[in-house]
Amino acid sequence: MLPDLEPEALVVLLERMIVARRFEEELIELAGDRDIGHFHVYIGQESTGIPALSLLEQGDLSFTNHRNHGHLIARGAEPGPMYAEILGRATGYCRGKGGTLHLASAEHGFPTTSSVTSGCIPLAVGAGLGLQRLGSDRVSVCLVGDGALEEGAWHESANIAAMERLPVVFLCENNSLEALGQRAGEYPSSTMAASDLTELASVFGIESVAIDGLDTRAAHQTMTEAVHRARSGGGPTFIEARTVRWPGNRPIWPELATGKTDLSMAWDASLIRPEHAIWHREQDGLLGFVRELLDSGCVTSDAALGLDKRATERVREGLAFALDSPYPEPEEALEHVFAPRGD
Amino acid sequence: MTKTIRYIDAISSVLRQELERDDDVFILGEDVSYGGPFGATAGLSASFGPTRVIDTPISEGAVMGLAVGAALSGRRPIVEVMFADFVTLAMDQLVNHAAKIRYMTDGQLSVPMTIRVQGGVGGGFGAQHSQSLEAWFLHVPGLKVVAPSSVKDAAGLLVAAIRDDDPVVYLEHRGLYWTKGLGASDETPTPIGTAAVVRSGSDVTVVAVSRMVGVAVSAAEKLAEDDIDVEVLDLRSVAPIDWATIDESVRRTRRLVVVHEAVVTGGLGAELVAGVHATAFEALISPAVRVGAPSTPVPASPFLECLYAPDTDDVIAAVLETLHER
Amino acid sequence: MPRMLYAEAVVEVLRRSVEGDDRVHLMGQYFLGLTPHRTMVGDLYRQYPDRVYFPPIAELGYVGAGIGAAIAGLRPIVDCATASFTFQAFAQILNEAANIHYMSGGQTSVPMVIHYNHGVRGGGAAQHSHSPQAMMWNTPGLEIVTPSNPADLIGLVLTAVASDNPTIWVDHVRLFDIEGEVPENIEPIPFGRASIPREGTDLTIFASSWMVRRSLEASELLASEGISVEVVDPRTLVPLDEEAILRSVAKTGRLLVVDECHLRCGVGAEIAATVAEHAYGDLLAPIRRLATLDVPVPFSPPLEQYVEPTTAKILAAARSVTGVQSGA
Repeated sequence: MLPDLEPEALVVLLERMIVARRFEEELIELAGDRDIGHFHVYIGQESTGIPALSLLEQGDLSFTNHRNHGHLIARGAEPGPMYAEILGRATGYCRGKGGTLHLASAEHGFPTTSSVTSGCIPLAVGAGLGLQRLGSDRVSVCLVGDGALEEGAWHESANIAAMERLPVVFLCENNSLEALGQRAGEYPSSTMAASDLTELASVFGIESVAIDGLDTRAAHQTMTEAVHRARSGGGPTFIEARTVRWPGNRPIWPELATGKTDLSMAWDASLIRPEHAIWHREQDGLLGFVRELLDSGCVTSDAALGLDKRATERVREGLAFALDSPYPEPEEALEHVFAPRGD
Repeated sequence: MTKTIRYIDAISSVLRQELERDDDVFILGEDVSYGGPFGATAGLSASFGPTRVIDTPISEGAVMGLAVGAALSGRRPIVEVMFADFVTLAMDQLVNHAAKIRYMTDGQLSVPMTIRVQGGVGGGFGAQHSQSLEAWFLHVPGLKVVAPSSVKDAAGLLVAAIRDDDPVVYLEHRGLYWTKGLGASDETPTPIGTAAVVRSGSDVTVVAVSRMVGVAVSAAEKLAEDDIDVEVLDLRSVAPIDWATIDESVRRTRRLVVVHEAVVTGGLGAELVAGVHATAFEALISPAVRVGAPSTPVPASPFLECLYAPDTDDVIAAVLETLHER
Repeated sequence: MPRMLYAEAVVEVLRRSVEGDDRVHLMGQYFLGLTPHRTMVGDLYRQYPDRVYFPPIAELGYVGAGIGAAIAGLRPIVDCATASFTFQAFAQILNEAANIHYMSGGQTSVPMVIHYNHGVRGGGAAQHSHSPQAMMWNTPGLEIVTPSNPADLIGLVLTAVASDNPTIWVDHVRLFDIEGEVPENIEPIPFGRASIPREGTDLTIFASSWMVRRSLEASELLASEGISVEVVDPRTLVPLDEEAILRSVAKTGRLLVVDECHLRCGVGAEIAATVAEHAYGDLLAPIRRLATLDVPVPFSPPLEQYVEPTTAKILAAARSVTGVQSGA
């Protein structure tokens, strides 16, 4: 179902979802042409992250992980400096110091990105502690996958967040349905004995809810409630979004297994080929969102294609900007180890 | 029988050999039944099953601890740590438990475990997936630490590590995984605590470790064109250090350069220079020089990364420095 | 000038920091360990209950939370109690706090202080006697302060609290009963400036934290044997006042490094290597390192003393470096 928003706002969400998708597709294509190193893509999780994170406000902090590109786009980060960072250029958000794994943009509420599984959890909880102690009504959002809950850091930090009623929202995008390490038929992956991830939070007394990762309304609604709870002193919330792992999302090197997304598949089922038909028909949250928008009359197919064209151009311009950007001066490798000294 | 294989194949084949040889040997780590991220354990699960090749949750601290427990119960676990940086999550079990239990119990118990740690600079992995932490491990009494640079030693040191009755940290550099060399069909141990002279020379001793051994050798070959005769030692064993071999070489060449990929400050090179200085002070005729990474985290940009890690030119410059009065 | 116990100075600087800046919050409660002095911290905490956080036994979680809080705008002073417990939090201290400013290309700072009590404390045995500062030194991005007397402690921690970088505050429970003069209006002490608590001409002893006290004690005895010792106390390991060390070695020609870390790759190794590289021509004798022997720290008192750098060992090492055969 669609989020409870005005049509204009829904169109903004759609455009961001398309940007997030095209951003990754262009990146995978680029990686086919040249060695850009190791990276992870957000394809398949747009229907969770874009509606959920778009509603955050200036001053809210987000602590994401290695699968971070879509999160930044959800909060308004620009493709150009994102690509530039991924390609190690001087115009990147971190001037080439961070790369894809540590992509961060403080102005968009991403102060740092840890790529160690669970690394962001204590940081996000601590940011919640800091905001609370400073008397702020801003919130801290912790973005993790299911694997992070396997770490001790989760249990230590969830305990702290619950005990102090911290303004933290844990958004766990569980994509382990077909992940490496999973045994047949089990969900979530077999490396977790708990059969329901929300119990790992509710045991601490944290408000917990599981949603369908394809349900943009659920993502928007639960996040709205969680952020409201955090802002009003009601403490942390844990949201498990059960997402479908995109077939191209191989553990280390993503590939365009389902081809470049053709939005027309949303209204013309004859374009869907047998291979990956289930993905295109039922599991791609972007196509699903487009179908719902068409059904509700918010957009026409032509308008959707227009948005796609604009989004694709924006992404391509961003990539061109990054590719044209210079590398940092070599000596910059030695800068920013420490913040400037006051004395 | 020998044949040309890759460094990572040498690791795989020793793992298979030792799993076959000793029922107490087993492997545990994240995704090891699928071969792990670089394929070191590929195929082992099919041969030995899920009781010998165990997939663990993403729980480095607990996994390290349960390996210690398994070792105490008489088995020989091999823990795979996907990236060296992830050892930070398991430091308490490694430092406070694995390394100390034999000592704290006055030898009543031993901890025969191998910790395979993949690391090093390369591929734009950034600050949290590129560190070389051998200095930390060397600083912890009770740990043995090895860092093979060649295919032969990748095999020999892994055999030695698995058969050792104490915890051994086995450092693999991902930049070496696809390098090739001669491997044997039945691998024999390389004694832990022995350095290797990989190139004899008389003018300057260069002690290198892991991927930097190859860099040092290529620097030596270039310097040979100018009639500078460099001896290259492959440290192989970071703890214990083979002081006898280093001392013998330095007393002959009277000059020392140390090369590693890790940060210079507080690094392995500090220990080597301090140690040589203490025992062969009178033999040295010029100051020792350390070559390593600067005191910064590892940058992600491949461009900055190249600058960060020492290269042949850095080694050549250091050797020349020892040959000239300052 | 008023005199103060080191333990009192710890409480004093915590008090000043809390009173001087609303953003300073204290996390953890064992700044003075389990020593009898600990009640003074309790008094401070009762006075400022809103500025204190008592965490669960979860070093990884709460040290990480301190980092996150610093990112959000607090200036936390986080206590890890015994240094050994930092190993539980290495992933957050060494892989997050140390890297964040760099990884973000300077966008994000981590203005926090992490406190621990290091070293051989008497009966701490293998799991409660660590000195992990050398390992932290090997990881770029952390400032490290190692005070050795009450006045330096206050001045250095004031600077640490004002710093926008993560700073490791290295304490030693054996320092708590040291008494020293503390100027009425003590100012922050800039980082990277060594102090020379004793001047001399025959031998330089480099020592930090508790080892400064033992080195000064030994120097006094050595003076009576005619050996003139200069003691260099770096006060901060990062940044390090290399110049001060090299200047002293240029004067004395001999260096003894006394360090409570383990020998291999300890603080002593870095200092020895630095001097060997940069002051080679000044050296009249090989550099000598004295450190905790490379075994886990044993429990039994005679065994413990055998492995730690004692005053007696400093005396013997100093005589050996200066060529004096035995004591008077």
